[in-house]
Amino acid sequence: MVDEKLNRLNRILKDYSDAPGPLVQVLHRAQEVYGYLPADVQLRIADRLEIPRSTVHGVVSFYSFFRTEPRGEHMISICTGTACHVKGAERIVDMIQEALGILPGETSEDGRFTLQDVRCIGACGLAPVMMIDEDVYGKLDRKKVEATLDLYRNA
Amino acid sequence: METITLTIDGRTITAAPGQSILEVAEANGIRIPTLCHLEGLSDVGACRLCIVEVAGQLVPSCTTQAVDGADIKTQTDTIKVHRRMILELLFAEGNHVCSFCASSGGCELQDLACELEMHSVTVPYSYPRNRIDATHPWFLIDRDRCVLCGRCVRTCAEVEGAHTWGFAERGSSARVITDLAADWGEAESCTSCGKCVEVCPTGAIVLKGASNAEMRKDSDLVARLTERRDHE
Repeated sequence: MVDEKLNRLNRILKDYSDAPGPLVQVLHRAQEVYGYLPADVQLRIADRLEIPRSTVHGVVSFYSFFRTEPRGEHMISICTGTACHVKGAERIVDMIQEALGILPGETSEDGRFTLQDVRCIGACGLAPVMMIDEDVYGKLDRKKVEATLDLYRNA
Repeated sequence: METITLTIDGRTITAAPGQSILEVAEANGIRIPTLCHLEGLSDVGACRLCIVEVAGQLVPSCTTQAVDGADIKTQTDTIKVHRRMILELLFAEGNHVCSFCASSGGCELQDLACELEMHSVTVPYSYPRNRIDATHPWFLIDRDRCVLCGRCVRTCAEVEGAHTWGFAERGSSARVITDLAADWGEAESCTSCGKCVEVCPTGAIVLKGASNAEMRKDSDLVARLTERRDHE
């Protein structure tokens, strides 16, 4: 399992070994493989691409897209854009926190869910709205939040 | 040899093409305050304290080339106001409490505050609470005293070649790191050469256990080392 991921990372590093300015591309693809960029992965990338470790970490920490903590099986993205804010996005965050015990940016202890807040997912007509992975759930209230979470908890 | 002619503060000066405004000024005894600039390192224009006025525009003199016919001013009221504000922001961003700092008396930030007559800080302090990293056997870094000039980063890369220091994060979270941002004592690439200590303009990177009287830095070290290399 672990070796399978390592093989994929090594293949990525080989593919990009002669490419100019390969770091961001390699980090993207490595995050696809691992779901995040743990220190040992950053280390391998730095050493294989012959880029200083401090530079690799500088790039990883500069872009909010890159994660250094593992994320849960499911990503819950609560919209806190203007329309959702007006329609009580904060209450939805509270409900999720109550149900799963996590704040935006955190992952539940069982590793099932990661919560993040996002600015506008372009579904303002459905405010307040959240996404779980790629699926959108709109016009949220307490009942709907609980029912939706159950779909994933029991899956 | 080809030369260019320009005016600095009303003085007519000849210079070599390709020189920065700062180089030309220093060669002619005209003082421009600097912080991130260090003889022997590349210039990056990070601190903006060396701003000068060229055709009504404020530009960093360390990274702006002197060009033929330029009319440069280094001490206008506008420049003074901006330099002082930049300095105030540097002070407000960290915890630069001189009376508790080993570098007091040998600190370039402190010297600049005196030179630019910064009598008080008029913006709110942010009081950062960074952990002091004293995991290296001989040196320590207090990031609350770091002004992000990047001298340590450039010295480590350009002079020592170790590339241990780098920048992480951005905006108000930006900070200098060693390797993958783990403790300095764990940084495998660090050669413990200590040049970062000597070039750090403040009390951010210091010798462990050095008292105020002992902590005097040798910031000319890099100039001496690189000068010898050029003659190889």
